[in-house]
Amino acid sequence: MVRKNNFGQFVLNIIFIILAACCVLPFLLLVMASFTEERTLVMNGYSFLPEKFSLESYQYLLRSFSTIANAYGITVLVSSVGTLSSLLITMLLAYPLSRKELPGRSIFSFFIFFTMLFNGGLVPSYMMWTQIFKIKNTLLALIVPSLLMNAFYVMIMRSYFTSNIPDALVEAARLDGAGEYNILYRIVLPLAKPMVATLALMIGIGYWNDWVNGLYYLTDSRLFSIQNLLNRMISNIQFLSSGVSGVDLSGAAATVPSVGIRMAIAVIGILPIMIIYPFFQQYFVKGISIGGVKG
Amino acid sequence: MKSKNQSSTAKQINSFKRTNILKRYIPLYTMMIPGIVYLVINNYIPMGGLIIAFKKYNYSLGILDSPWAGFSNFEFLFRTNDAAKIIRNTLGYNIVFIILGNIMAVTVAVMLNEVRSRQAKKIYQTLILIPYLISMVIVSYIGFAFLSQDSGFINNSILEPLGLDKIQWYTSPQYWPIILTIVYLWKSFGYNSIIYFATVIGIDASLYEAAMVDGANKWKQIWHITLPGLKTTIITMVLLNMGRIFYSDFGLFYQVPMNSGPLIDITNTIDTYVYRGLTQLNDIGRASAAGFIQSLVGFVVVFIANFIVSKIDKESSLF
Repeated sequence: MVRKNNFGQFVLNIIFIILAACCVLPFLLLVMASFTEERTLVMNGYSFLPEKFSLESYQYLLRSFSTIANAYGITVLVSSVGTLSSLLITMLLAYPLSRKELPGRSIFSFFIFFTMLFNGGLVPSYMMWTQIFKIKNTLLALIVPSLLMNAFYVMIMRSYFTSNIPDALVEAARLDGAGEYNILYRIVLPLAKPMVATLALMIGIGYWNDWVNGLYYLTDSRLFSIQNLLNRMISNIQFLSSGVSGVDLSGAAATVPSVGIRMAIAVIGILPIMIIYPFFQQYFVKGISIGGVKG
Repeated sequence: MKSKNQSSTAKQINSFKRTNILKRYIPLYTMMIPGIVYLVINNYIPMGGLIIAFKKYNYSLGILDSPWAGFSNFEFLFRTNDAAKIIRNTLGYNIVFIILGNIMAVTVAVMLNEVRSRQAKKIYQTLILIPYLISMVIVSYIGFAFLSQDSGFINNSILEPLGLDKIQWYTSPQYWPIILTIVYLWKSFGYNSIIYFATVIGIDASLYEAAMVDGANKWKQIWHITLPGLKTTIITMVLLNMGRIFYSDFGLFYQVPMNSGPLIDITNTIDTYVYRGLTQLNDIGRASAAGFIQSLVGFVVVFIANFIVSKIDKESSLF
C-alpha cells in the first residue's frame, strides 16, 4: 500500500517536472541563443547546447547602450508612475464605495461595473485619445489609455475593504474627529496592506509588459518602452543601428549579429521580472486566487 | 393651522439634516472624482463613439460632423469574406481554448493537490506561472527561436537530424491553429490552474477523511469529492470565458504569427482586423463596423452567460 502510494507520488512528480520544464526551457533556449557565437547560430540555428559560446550579442547591445538604456528608463518611469497613480485612484474610488451608508452607492457601483460589460472598442477610443486629448507621441500615451484604472480592481478592492475593515473602527475614528482622508490613510490603508501589495504587483506587471499602447499611440522611437523596442526589433533587426540614438551606425549595420542579438534583447527584457518574481511569488499567487473568484 | 406649521418646521429640520448628511459625505464624494472622471473618459465617451460605425468618417470633420452613412459600413464588411472569416476565427479559437484550457487547468490543479511534498508543491506553482508573467512580445521572440526558418530550433535541431525537410512555419497557415493553441495553453494554464487550485484547497478536509475511513482510494476521492467540489468554479470559469467569446488576445494573434501575410486568413480575429483596418489599411469604415458588432454582441453574450451563471450559482454571478 505504502509502496504503491510512493509510486503514485513518483509519477506525479515526474509529470510536474515535465510540465515545469515546458514552462522554463523555452526561456533557456533564449538565454543560450543569446550567448552563442553568431557563426554557430547561422550554421546550427538556436540550440540548447551551442557549440561555441560568445558574448558578441551583448557587446553589440552595449554599443547601442543609449537606445536600450533609454527604453529601460521609460519602462521604469512609466511603470512606477503608472502603478502609483493607478493604486491611488483605485483606492480613492473603492473606499467610499465600501461605506454602506454612502448615499447613491449602488448607482456608482453600477456605473463602474457597467464598464466591465460594455465598451466602445479600439476605433472610438483611438479617435478620442488621438484627436481630443492629442496623446499621440507623449509619455501619457503609455500611462493613461485603458491601463490607469481597471474596474475589476476597484471591485476587488471594495470588497476587501467591506469585509476586512470593521465599520465600528471607522465610526470610532470619525467620532474622534478624523476626516475621511485621514481615516483612509491612517486606518484603512494599514489594514489593507496585503491587498494593496497584491494589486500593486498586478498593476505593475501590467505596465511593465504593456506594448499595445505604444503600438497604437507612439511613432516616435525615443519614447519607446522596452517592450516597444523589442516589438520593433523583431521585425526590423537593423532598427538598433538606424539612428534611434542619433548615432549613425549604418556602417556597422553589416556586422550586426542579427541572429543572436534578437535573443539577447529578449533576455534583457525579461530579466527584471525574473529577478523580482521569486520574492513576490506569494502575493502573485494570492492575487490570482482572489481574481479567480470573480474574474 | 398649527399642524401645518409643525409639519413645515419638521420639513425644515429634515432638510437641514439632509444637507448636513450630504455635507458629511462630501469628502467621500470628492475622493471618487478622479476615478469617475477617468471612467467617463476612458470608457463612456468611446461607447458614444460607437456611432462612428454609422458614419462615413472624415478625418478633418471628426466623428460628430462626419456625414451619416447608414448601414453601408456593415454592408461593406459583410460583402467581403472578411466578416465570416474573422468571426469564424474568433469563435473557433475561443471554443478550442475554453475546452482545452479548462480541462488542462482542472487536471493540473487536481494533480497539484495530490503532490505530498509542500516544498515541491510551491516550486511547481512558481514555475508553471512563469509564462503568464511575460508579455506577448517576448512570447513572439520565443516562438521565433523555435520556428524561424533558418535558425529555428525545430527546423535545425529536430527536423534536420531526423532527415525531414525544413518547414517554412511563418508562411504555412495549416500549422497555425495548433501552434496558437499550444502557445495559448502554455501561457495561460498556470494561471488557470492556480484559480482552480485555490478552490481545491478550500474543499473541506473532513470529506476526505470520511472517504478514507470508508476505504475510498485516491481516484474515488478525486471523482467523488474533488471534482464535485470544483463544479461551480468550472461552470463559472467556462461561462465567464464564454462571455468573452467575441474577444481575442490581440498579442497572441498579431504578435506571435509576426503579422505574417500568408497566415492572415487563419490568424485574423476581430481584434486584429479592427487594428489593421484602423492603422494599416486605413479602412475605418469596416474596422468600426466590426468593432461595433464586437461590442454589441459581446455585451449580449456576457448578459446571457451571466444569466446562466446566476441560475447555477448566485454567488459566482457577476451581477
